[in-house]
Amino acid sequence: MKRMKRDAALKVIARHAGDSLVVAAYQAAFEWIVIRPSDCNLIATGAMGQASSHGLGLAIGRPDRKVLVLDGDGSLLMNLGSLVTIAEAAPANFFHFVCNNGVYEANGSHPTPGSDTVDFPGLALAAGYGSADAFDNLPDLESRIGDVLGGQGPSLIDLRVEQGEAYPQDYAYMHGAEHRAAFKAALRASGTGTAASDGAHGSRQPPRGRATTR
Amino acid sequence: MTAADHNGSLSGRAIIHAIKAAGVEYVVSVPDIVTSDGLLWPISRDADLTHIRVCKEDEGVSICTALAYCGKRALLLIQNTGFLDSINAIRAIAVEYDNPLCMMIGLQGKEPDVLPIQSDKVSVRIVEPMLDVMGIAYHLLQTTANTDAIAPAIEAAYRDDHPVCFVIGRSPSE
Repeated sequence: MKRMKRDAALKVIARHAGDSLVVAAYQAAFEWIVIRPSDCNLIATGAMGQASSHGLGLAIGRPDRKVLVLDGDGSLLMNLGSLVTIAEAAPANFFHFVCNNGVYEANGSHPTPGSDTVDFPGLALAAGYGSADAFDNLPDLESRIGDVLGGQGPSLIDLRVEQGEAYPQDYAYMHGAEHRAAFKAALRASGTGTAASDGAHGSRQPPRGRATTR
Repeated sequence: MTAADHNGSLSGRAIIHAIKAAGVEYVVSVPDIVTSDGLLWPISRDADLTHIRVCKEDEGVSICTALAYCGKRALLLIQNTGFLDSINAIRAIAVEYDNPLCMMIGLQGKEPDVLPIQSDKVSVRIVEPMLDVMGIAYHLLQTTANTDAIAPAIEAAYRDDHPVCFVIGRSPSE
């Protein structure tokens, strides 16, 4: 299977992320906080699988902000029901990236169940996401990501990746109080999110059923 | 509280009034037969509360916490079995991260006239000790008088950043 270097793919996303709130899990999290250092990053999701659910809470609580989730394939498999919950809530500001490397990288790189067969875009669309895309090369990701993030969520973006450069794995920072306090302060400094003028939550549209592989 | 204090009824309307008084805007739930008629159905129809249905209880732990980051108050309404299934998420996200997760747990299977700790059901009997060992403050709601504890406890949880739990000892009336 063709794959991108994960950190290279994250750098592409970072160029289009603007001031988005970003929830990132495990390996992608360690890379993301170096690639886009910001108090608008939340990497303290506590338990494996919970990034997508944190992202949903943020998307509901702050409909004025775009929310990007940088999930892992193993993590999403641990919370697959969240696809249905997210689709039901239908936050238009929710963009769900899956860094799909086919393995539990933090735990010895053992294969994830169904690593050769699982179809995350198909699962997302079947759950009720409005759109889903898959990318396995950087030029296609670079050329299309602006349109994807300019569209309406909930949207799933399957990133076929492999490990790239090595980044520091600072678990003390990930689970530390300082990081969470900075995130909360950044949220509160930017308003309350009560003005849902864009109808970002609760405006469920019929699924567009768009699934593409780039 | 003794077993003798268990006489009386528990008003779902009083519980809903109390959570609104505490500023709760969102109720995140997986259905529970103990709280279904008296709490969850009325909440689902209440225009002042946004009801978020989740597939599994640990999703709700994260959703409520993320809403708290946004300055919004939420209640996680679940069954004892869902609480037990979500221990790791509660441990990490609410306890170790010091977040104001507010849970309301129906004790499915509890006998009407005994304290939870005296129940014949393991799934009922271990709930309060599990909360104790995790250091989570809790309040047993067995009669309507007990609902006076709800709003102050939620206020304290958000003020001081700690989780709190309300254990529902009998099916609330509507």
